[in-house]
Amino acid sequence: MTMNDEQGQDVGADDTDVGRPSPLEVYDALNEPRPDLAGPVTNDDESPLAAAAAAELARAEAIEQSLADAIEEQAFDVPEVDVDESPPDAFDDSAAADLGPGAEQGTQDGPEDRPGADADRPDTDPDATDHAAWEPVGGDETRSAQGGVEDELSGAALAESASPGPDELRIPELSAEPGAWSVLGRALKPRMTRAQVLAGVLCALLGFALVVQVRQAAGADLNSMRQQDLVRILDEVTNRGDALASESADLTRERDQLLSGSDRRQAALDALRRSAETQGILTGRLPAEGPGVAVTLTEPDGLIKPVTMLEVLEELRNAGAEAISLNGQRVTASSAFTGTAGSVVLDGATLSSPYVWLVIGDPDTIDPALQIPGGAMAQVRLNGGQGEVEQRDNVQITALRVIPDPVFATPIPLSGD
Amino acid sequence: MIAVVGLLIGIVGGLLLQPTVPTELQPYLPIAVVAALDALFGGLRAMLDGIFDDRVFLISFLSNVVVAALIVFLGDQLGVGTQLSTAVVVVLGIRIFSNAASIRRHLFKA
Repeated sequence: MTMNDEQGQDVGADDTDVGRPSPLEVYDALNEPRPDLAGPVTNDDESPLAAAAAAELARAEAIEQSLADAIEEQAFDVPEVDVDESPPDAFDDSAAADLGPGAEQGTQDGPEDRPGADADRPDTDPDATDHAAWEPVGGDETRSAQGGVEDELSGAALAESASPGPDELRIPELSAEPGAWSVLGRALKPRMTRAQVLAGVLCALLGFALVVQVRQAAGADLNSMRQQDLVRILDEVTNRGDALASESADLTRERDQLLSGSDRRQAALDALRRSAETQGILTGRLPAEGPGVAVTLTEPDGLIKPVTMLEVLEELRNAGAEAISLNGQRVTASSAFTGTAGSVVLDGATLSSPYVWLVIGDPDTIDPALQIPGGAMAQVRLNGGQGEVEQRDNVQITALRVIPDPVFATPIPLSGD
Repeated sequence: MIAVVGLLIGIVGGLLLQPTVPTELQPYLPIAVVAALDALFGGLRAMLDGIFDDRVFLISFLSNVVVAALIVFLGDQLGVGTQLSTAVVVVLGIRIFSNAASIRRHLFKA
């Protein structure tokens, strides 16, 4: 592993010192909890001896920690599914075992070395890597550089853990592990040391930057984005705008069609209504009013014949009368005069003098038409009657006549239907 | 403890002062924050491992922030800014997760 190179110290030299305590003695000595375990290992010590002692202490303690970890791994069943957990575990152990003096924090940067180390390892399943942590791996240069004692220690520990069984080895585990909470508790006590102040300053910076970034992200707008993002957003917005424009054109066209269709329908309805009114007036279904004439026929010297009445009617029609009523009866296309002189019957109703014709039409046309020499009025006078034509500006004909539907006649369909 | 107090002071300061980030720095600030968080978690884990060193913490903090910002800046210059930014965030997230897992294993032994 290359972590040791950061510290620039050659760890291998210490391993060959004569008179070092055996690993088991060290282990026993380290079993007692030390209050300074969690304290920062500073480099402020002046004497090299103290520095060396501190280094030795730290290293041995790291070895103990890695031992405890390995025992824990062995004790628990380790078919760990999370890939990101077991490699760091294995690398924790190897990293801790690899530590030189000076208490480096290589494990902080540990995971970044992992991809390289991973490639070196032949097998990648979790159980194998746990054991691989304890075995000298061929591709691991620093491990081989560190040499014998580390491997002996790992081998001894492995042998220890392998032979007795996991239960007996829980004891050292229990004495090592609860230290984590106490470590945390001790760390939380405020102490005015350089490390604490430094950490405080850095955490203040971090908190400040965190809040600033959260605020800035909450109000993020376009002018903080990268050009690529902006180009992408522009493309998306343009495409969306085009799609919306085409949809809008479609909808407008559809609306226009619907409107014009309804207009046509409205126009058709209006035309139908006018046609119905016209037909109604002409057929006598609807009352009508308008300018016209009122013709009054009396019989001072004789009796008016039905044929004379017919002549008057025909003269009125010829003069453009649009609605005609006689003595309160509407005269229509199917009206007929029957009966005898003196008792003219119009559509089954007997009429009696005076005969009052109400005519809607152009008065200036109807009046002279009736007065033509040899016309209808002359015929009335021949019959011994007398007629008066009075032009009026408003003639109201309220008499109605309902014509029954034809029984025999049917309309001829228009060509093209 | 002082670190926690410092964090709170920083948060309160950020809430009170409400500074605006300069436009040029705006893409890099979130990356820097995540890198600093990674260094923080690493420091926490090292403390629980008993190998905390303030000098290493400081250097790793600063180098994480600087290197992450540099990588993102380089990516922007090369034209792969968003991709490299994503990659940096992913890697930092992985490291945070692994450090958090170690911390969890220390504290809860699980």
